[in-house]
Amino acid sequence: MSVKRDLKTKLLTINMGPQHPATHGVLRLVLELDGETVVNCKPYVGYLHRGTEKLGENRTYPMALPLTDRLDYVSSMANNIGFCVAVERLLGIEVPERAKYIRTIMAELTRIANHIVWIATHALDIGAMTVFLYSMRDREWILELYEMACGARLTVTYPRIGGVRADVDQEFLDHCYKFTEEFPKRVEQYETLIDQNRIWLQRTKGIGVLTAEEAINLGLTGPTLRGSGVPYDVRKFAPYDAYDKVEFEVPVGKVGDVYDRYRCRMEEFRQSNSIIRQCLEKMPSGYVLAADAPGYDMAAGPRKKPAQPSAPKAEGAADTPQPPANQPAEQGPAFEEIYVATEVPKGELGFYFVSDGTGKPYRMRIRAPSFVHASALPKMCEGSLVADVIANIGTIDIVLGECDR
Amino acid sequence: MGPLEIADLIKSKFSSDVKDVVEFQGQVSVLIKRDNVREIMRFLRQTPELYFDYLVDLCGVDYLGKKEVRFEVVYHLMSIKYNHMIRIKAEVPEDDCSIDSVVDIWATANWHERECFDMYGIVFKGHPDLRRILMPEDWEGFPLRKDYPLKSDLGAKEWKKFKEVIEIGKKNLAYEVR
Repeated sequence: MSVKRDLKTKLLTINMGPQHPATHGVLRLVLELDGETVVNCKPYVGYLHRGTEKLGENRTYPMALPLTDRLDYVSSMANNIGFCVAVERLLGIEVPERAKYIRTIMAELTRIANHIVWIATHALDIGAMTVFLYSMRDREWILELYEMACGARLTVTYPRIGGVRADVDQEFLDHCYKFTEEFPKRVEQYETLIDQNRIWLQRTKGIGVLTAEEAINLGLTGPTLRGSGVPYDVRKFAPYDAYDKVEFEVPVGKVGDVYDRYRCRMEEFRQSNSIIRQCLEKMPSGYVLAADAPGYDMAAGPRKKPAQPSAPKAEGAADTPQPPANQPAEQGPAFEEIYVATEVPKGELGFYFVSDGTGKPYRMRIRAPSFVHASALPKMCEGSLVADVIANIGTIDIVLGECDR
Repeated sequence: MGPLEIADLIKSKFSSDVKDVVEFQGQVSVLIKRDNVREIMRFLRQTPELYFDYLVDLCGVDYLGKKEVRFEVVYHLMSIKYNHMIRIKAEVPEDDCSIDSVVDIWATANWHERECFDMYGIVFKGHPDLRRILMPEDWEGFPLRKDYPLKSDLGAKEWKKFKEVIEIGKKNLAYEVR
């Protein structure tokens, strides 16, 4: 038919976001579509840019700590710990054992809370709504545990450089233990809701496939990388806090599709639960803040330690200012630099500090996993169906606050 | 392989490019000249016993008035296979603020380099799509440079289009602004 020959198709450019419920924040994608197929995908980020790195350069290390809460606001505790671990390594501060265990518990609770938000929103995006309601109920439990430990639920700023702000009480430990007993059942509950669901399987299996080489080359980390079968986990490769004293496995996938990444995260629920359990059982007693933990003004400069090691401070004493040192820092413009990575729920969160010997970082660089993961979207989406773009955004688990910093 | 051994290997292979090797807290940084950065990176990526398959991070640092050469581009490399790390720093002078891109070696460098350009104005030669990424497209200045103010005195540094947008908004308003 001659009519058919005259019909011409044109690529359709559509704009997805920045205000779109499935983009998990203010991510904007410009998609070029050929029918239902994505030909070109261009992500635009930066809508939530607050200049965290610039702000960090103008604050002392302890004052820059609350900025890290606002990066990945669904797992703020893990960001705090990442920052503290990096600064401790730079300043050479030894953290008390008990604080290490408390932090490990908090980091793993955060991992569970983050993955709960992830499974809830990811399933909601793909079309399984029920799991959202059940999982949010369990996240509330973790937020209550946070509240018990530090009084805050979201932007906690509970870890401090050199330990944690205050010791946890027996009530917290009991509730935490109760949580670890109950939570595996809840994970099973989520799995019965979606694991055998035909729609879920069709929407996730074989979608957004990345091979191991591609995933490493794109710089992906965390469960997003492990879904492709690469067992890279900072907790195993460069242990910090108490991770070298607990036993856990790093779940990996085979195919590298959305389903494998989902399985990895579901398995991490159980591993995190087991880590918390082990930490609770092994929890030592003692102080929770190092004696040489810096006060907020850092007047003594980062490399200065007290002339005589005084008795460890009482709990919660980090907020009291230290007396200013008489002599100025003796180093000239010698720069010291350090890069320390931690495994936050989303992947590898790295802090790169350049110190010039004063109380403020000369350069504070945040290597945010969400930023790197968002850059992988074109590779994952191009050639797939437009409906799978949603599945791909969900599976890389991004938070735009961290992406844009 | 230990980081100092890796640094020695780079030094023996590119003796004229390596300017300095510094160790701190078990981490080693190698300061290089920018001219051969691609060859060095390709060497690190492709040598079987080094196999740096993962570019952890790429960022800029501004040493205004602190060092002879103003900018440095910092590469953190890691090999997942061997679990070793190295930090490479390439000097970039202010008057010719450019360096070769490494996007074809590690795809993850794409956005990192765009961010570095956005924040420091360092041009990456050979980058496929060098645009601003975090700041608006028409932004003036490079925010992370040390001579860029933390707080702007509104007026001089005001976003140019701000007034324009307000005008358009007023024009389009059907009702009167009270």
